[in-house]
Amino acid sequence: MERRIRVLVAKPGLDGHDRGAKVVARAFRDAGFEVVYTGLHQTAEQVVEAAVQEDVDVVGLSILSGAHGTLVPRVIRLLRERGMDDVAVLVGGIIPRDDVAALKQAGVAEVFGPGTSTETIVEYVRGLKAGK
Amino acid sequence: MTDIAHLAELVLAQDKRALARAITIIENGLDGARELMARIYPETGGAHVVGVTGAPGVGKSTAVDGLAQEFRRRGQRVGVLAVDPSSPFSGGAILGDRIRMQQGSLDPGVFIRSLASRGASGGLCMCCGDAVRLLEAAGYGVVIIETVGAGQGEVEIMRYAHTTLVVVVPGMGDEVQAIKAGILEIGDVFLVNKADLPGVDRLVRDLEMMLDLKPESPWRPPVLTAVAREGTGMAEATDAIERHAAHLRASGGLEGKRALQAEAELMDLVGGRLLAAVAARARERGAWGRACARIAGHTSDPYTEAERLLRRYAAEIAAPRRRAPQREAARRASAGSARQPPGPTKRPRGGRGRQRP
Repeated sequence: MERRIRVLVAKPGLDGHDRGAKVVARAFRDAGFEVVYTGLHQTAEQVVEAAVQEDVDVVGLSILSGAHGTLVPRVIRLLRERGMDDVAVLVGGIIPRDDVAALKQAGVAEVFGPGTSTETIVEYVRGLKAGK
Repeated sequence: MTDIAHLAELVLAQDKRALARAITIIENGLDGARELMARIYPETGGAHVVGVTGAPGVGKSTAVDGLAQEFRRRGQRVGVLAVDPSSPFSGGAILGDRIRMQQGSLDPGVFIRSLASRGASGGLCMCCGDAVRLLEAAGYGVVIIETVGAGQGEVEIMRYAHTTLVVVVPGMGDEVQAIKAGILEIGDVFLVNKADLPGVDRLVRDLEMMLDLKPESPWRPPVLTAVAREGTGMAEATDAIERHAAHLRASGGLEGKRALQAEAELMDLVGGRLLAAVAARARERGAWGRACARIAGHTSDPYTEAERLLRRYAAEIAAPRRRAPQREAARRASAGSARQPPGPTKRPRGGRGRQRP
């Protein structure tokens, strides 16, 4: 039986634009992954609870509101508290280049800004799994 | 203690992370799946399983969210399995039922797991039965299974659910549609959702007429209306589900369902394992490929080829070859047993010692 990569695509915080998240979700599906999409306006707690119950390999956070500095570390902290240490956290959306280093320092595996091709993201996720 | 033993204990202790990992193990047939199921099985059988089915877009997920809330208000812990279709091309899936279940997202008494159908026909997924058992073992008294958006042929839910709720909406066909076979036949409760749309009364009448045409039965499925998005009708639907549950218990229908489910499960497992074993051996020796080629070339037919494969390879599974004498002696020596004489050993028939069927 083939084990499929499970990805949570989440929209934390107040931003209401999810077209990008949906495009990425579809690309993941076409790459053979199983994608749980949370919908809009998720709190960090809701994102992590979903990640736990769905036993995902990757959590993808889509943030266009500028609140990544607050939301992302909170999600990562909660994931660690629940014992989800081997889950990779990816961030996409509108993330200023200057903030990328801090996010990675906080535990983000990779940041994919606007203009990134879906192929790049898919290959990255496949690489994560292969490395495990 | 083995990892699996520890995991099973955590599941029984209602640890959500352990439950989620356990579902992953059985969904993918990972190492330890069988042991895991064996360990938790004695603690299962206690939940009321509700199947929710209906065409795509009728509001199943929203209704499930409403039902879960109502069961929670009545003191139950609720587990939800939400199945969505896998892409026939990529094998991937978008599992989007969870979006409609926001009310339960942080409730400690609710557990929601999305599952991809992975090619299973019938509206569900192969691991559904085991996933229900895991939820039961973790102490969820009500388990709701939401099928993929199903049309008329996906009646698999009957195998797993005690009470099947069929969700319909107005404007999807006339009364001829209502009397066709399929999911409209399997409903124990009918829910006309989106009851704020035109055509509700007509649809309720059509459904009642369809039910009138069925042979007399002690349970007459109620036809209810709701607007799940607004939360109306959910309490009544929950009442109907509870009444059906009581009816099953009182009428002995519950035992009947359990017996049918056990039979179906055993058949699946035995059939699946047998097929896998025969196919593996046949493929190993190239016999499978040759058989396919003969069928495709019309020099033989599928029945003859299937018979041939079964005669040759099924027999091998039932009576494993005896070990060679030298290897047997060496095995005993390393196992530390000095009492048994070397020589060919006779294995008990049936493989696992004498057990009464």
